[in-house]
Amino acid sequence: MSDLRKVIIDGMEIEVDPRMTLLQACEEAGVEVPRFCYHERLSIAGNCRMCLVEVVGGPPKPAASCAMQVKDLRPGPEGAPPEIKTKSPMVKKAREGVMEFLLINHPLDCPICDQGGECDLQDQAMAYGVDFSRYREPKRAAVDMDLGPLVGTCMTRCISCTRCVRFITEVAGVPEMGQTGRGEDSEITSYLGAMLTSEMQGNVIDLCPVGALTSKPYAFTARPWELKKTESIDVMDALGSNIRVDVKGREVMRIVPRNHDGVNEEWLADRSRFIWDGLRRQRLDKPYVRVDGKLKPATWGEAFKAIAAATKGRKVAALAGDLASTEAVYALGALAKSLGWSTECRVDGAKLPAGNRSGYVGTATIEDLEHAQMIQLVGVNPRLEAPVLNARIRKAWLRGATVGHVGQPTDLSYDVVNVGPGRAALADLADKEIGRAKELETVVVIGQGALTGADGEACLAAAMRLVENSRSKFLVLHTAAARVGAMDLGFTTEGGLDAALDGAEVIYNLGVDEIDLPDGAFVIYQGSHGDRGAHRADVILPGAAYTEEAGIFVNTEGRPQMANRAGFPPGDARENWAILRALSAELGATLPFDTLGALRAAMTEAVPHLGALDVVPENAWTPVASGDMSEGDFVSPVTAHYLANPIMRASQVMAELAKLASDRARPLAAE
Amino acid sequence: MLRRLYDEQPESFAFTPANLEWAKGQIAKYPEGRQASAVIPLLWRAQEQEGWVSRPAIEEIAKMLGMASIRVLEVATFYFMFQLRPVGTVAHVQVCGTTSCMICGAEDLMAVCKEKIAAHPHELSADGKFSWEEVECLGSCANAPMAQIGKDYYEDLTAESFGALLDALARGEVPVPGSQTGRFSSEPAGGRTSLKDGDPAYEGNSSVSLAVFGQDTVKRITGDEPALRMPEAEGAVAEAEPEAAPEPEAAPAAPAPAMDEPVAAAEGEPTDPEPVEEGSKPPTLVEPRDGQPDDLKKIKGIGPKLEQLLHSLGYYHFDQIAAWTGAEVAWVDANLEGFRGRVTRDEWVAQAKVLAGGGDTEFSERVDKGDVY
Repeated sequence: MSDLRKVIIDGMEIEVDPRMTLLQACEEAGVEVPRFCYHERLSIAGNCRMCLVEVVGGPPKPAASCAMQVKDLRPGPEGAPPEIKTKSPMVKKAREGVMEFLLINHPLDCPICDQGGECDLQDQAMAYGVDFSRYREPKRAAVDMDLGPLVGTCMTRCISCTRCVRFITEVAGVPEMGQTGRGEDSEITSYLGAMLTSEMQGNVIDLCPVGALTSKPYAFTARPWELKKTESIDVMDALGSNIRVDVKGREVMRIVPRNHDGVNEEWLADRSRFIWDGLRRQRLDKPYVRVDGKLKPATWGEAFKAIAAATKGRKVAALAGDLASTEAVYALGALAKSLGWSTECRVDGAKLPAGNRSGYVGTATIEDLEHAQMIQLVGVNPRLEAPVLNARIRKAWLRGATVGHVGQPTDLSYDVVNVGPGRAALADLADKEIGRAKELETVVVIGQGALTGADGEACLAAAMRLVENSRSKFLVLHTAAARVGAMDLGFTTEGGLDAALDGAEVIYNLGVDEIDLPDGAFVIYQGSHGDRGAHRADVILPGAAYTEEAGIFVNTEGRPQMANRAGFPPGDARENWAILRALSAELGATLPFDTLGALRAAMTEAVPHLGALDVVPENAWTPVASGDMSEGDFVSPVTAHYLANPIMRASQVMAELAKLASDRARPLAAE
Repeated sequence: MLRRLYDEQPESFAFTPANLEWAKGQIAKYPEGRQASAVIPLLWRAQEQEGWVSRPAIEEIAKMLGMASIRVLEVATFYFMFQLRPVGTVAHVQVCGTTSCMICGAEDLMAVCKEKIAAHPHELSADGKFSWEEVECLGSCANAPMAQIGKDYYEDLTAESFGALLDALARGEVPVPGSQTGRFSSEPAGGRTSLKDGDPAYEGNSSVSLAVFGQDTVKRITGDEPALRMPEAEGAVAEAEPEAAPEPEAAPAAPAPAMDEPVAAAEGEPTDPEPVEEGSKPPTLVEPRDGQPDDLKKIKGIGPKLEQLLHSLGYYHFDQIAAWTGAEVAWVDANLEGFRGRVTRDEWVAQAKVLAGGGDTEFSERVDKGDVY
């Protein structure tokens, strides 16, 4: 922008875009302006009045800086730049006044409030308020509503900033909250007191600047200052949302999102946020060996011996599951290579082309979705598969983008043009002469629903033809956090899962819980939870979950990100790469690294882009050979949104959410 | 005041056909995607029809406007003029309690309400006919104290006259609105002090005569009221017609001539009304017998305007109207431009039979006394 305006803020002269609000200009100048209702990612409400500033030469009253643009300022005398003061006596008095009004009805229950210690109102009352109250009358009473198992309410603390209402309406796209009544009797409610249904509702807890909306599962379990905070990456879906894991002692107490404009902005899906109780239950904490048909606890040495005996001279297939870090997959891959095992990570049967990164990752970034003018979804239900990505698509739709959908009609929280339910519609699209859309910025998103069929490769080829015809960008939306990383490491076998398992007498299962393994084979399960994979196993090696080891995960757009270790695995469980390193010695094929650093060095030498953290590499466009598509509709692979992996299935909160979701779906199904 | 939805809600809500047409006209005022702008008119019409705004009404309106129910609920709970609880079947009385009225005796009026209607505002009377509330200034301070009953203002009230008003309403009458002490509008209470040689012929101000003419002070609005017809609604209907029956050849080649007719109709130009062929036309007179028409206004439901219309159609006497048969009534009903259906609704024929026989009805007596016009 060449058209910049000069503004003087607290005596500092800066140049800003005239479309900025005064509040943004102040931030640009490094001046902090207190606020409650204003939030960068939501619409402007201007109702808390905390951001009042003085505009010199303007009306003789403070102005709400969040709702006034720089271009609306009048220049000073003789063309001098307009001047804003944020530290003048007028502003100080205004802030004290606003703070006093806000505190009229706000209870002084900070000692028993979950927000205490990380409360905007508390902090700002300390910084900008006064140390007394002139209010002697009784405070307002309010009815607490039941918003469901995630969001706890204490509405006497509400300061009516309406951030939650705006989030649910604008970002989540399910307008089920509102502010009814007026004046002192206005209340934030859901319609008729119904529970929230959004799969991103947990974000209102972060947005609430006071303790009115709090996390129910986290309620009264910890104070923010006792928590050890670790920056990490979420693995519940393939988006790779940036999270912060808060740990007290050994236990994960809560998970909150971190800001990353390229990935999750600052939102987090409920199933990523409230998963932590799943990290405590159903854990594998010691090795097991099946003796006479029954799993018996064993030592690591016994387990390794059993494995060495079972694998010696037999055909082994190594499978990598949905939650494995690239380090673990690399270690298993290296071991498999030296021992001549077959490897496979596409355990859901997706026909992802090995080695062709444009075919299994695509060429688009998640940010491209936001700026796209047209988005074509193929065999994907982003609302179920990656709710935060769905919010991104919704954002593009709000900006005027057209969204087309090939797949079964469903409510994605925005309007879509449904092209058809399945392969026939995709074939039509792929061979259609594209006119106007060629000039527009378009993105084609293909989901695993289109790729897991027997004709997945043909569907992928058709989608890639559509991409070429419409000059679009291409994004493959994965459902498993580990998939792209494992594909990058070449953890595949020509011919897919069937070829890898063909004739295998032993299966080394690194956290695969979503499929049934063939009968007869000897199964070694390495993972964190006692789920389907462990039940089928003959030897169980307890591994760390994603919060308990450092690992690089590559998200669905191909961005490698580092998940850090927030705690330690329970009992005898060990970090996954270390288990494989120890086992390799037992098997007589010692892996050439003794530390995680050495492993990473070897790995990034083999696959250099894994070392460039947080960078989305460009992928050369390589179309896939087209084939014959069969007929039929695309079905999303995520059938149970809240129960999609072993950690979720171990979580009580997720079980409750899944039950509520299926209860909601039932009357619809009856229609 | 905490405003919530009432705990007992009706099963369903539906606009009357005429109100629905009107609502569609309101919605048509706004461009595509901005239909939510019509939420307040629609809520208001729902209240006029039912007396209060119920949950089914809120949901129905939300559906009509493509809004989330919570958004409509927000509007309905924000504005105090939307009644969220059932009101009296006859009338909801809104007593102004702001300064001027309070000084002039609004508290006495509220005492009457408490005695005759219910102890608390928004409570239904024992017979379910009335409810009351205190409202903020209604802007009629010169005629304080006052109350709004239904659509109209009753001004210069005393406890006695207000009590009598409520009794009359309970009997099914609709008292003439305006000042209850007989002064015109808000002229000085003791008579004019200046501009004394103005027209002495007036008997009420225009809003009072409108109320008397329309007789809809406390009536529930069904949309058939002539004065409430909306040009937009008629335009929308006229425009919809060619779409419903498109001419196969006309469309792409020559759009202009095809558009001519509906556009003219849509603008609602006053054209000569084509007589609707329904029923049979009763015999008419070219002019009144002996040049002396009967005062048709004595028939309840016929005001000055309708009388003129009837004259233009050729009806001047009670006996003419009394002689209409069923088919003839249907014809007149269908041809009263702007007042369709009035003959049957207000039972003109029965009234005319009494009046033609030299008798008097309750209404005609009031007309004779000069109470009405």
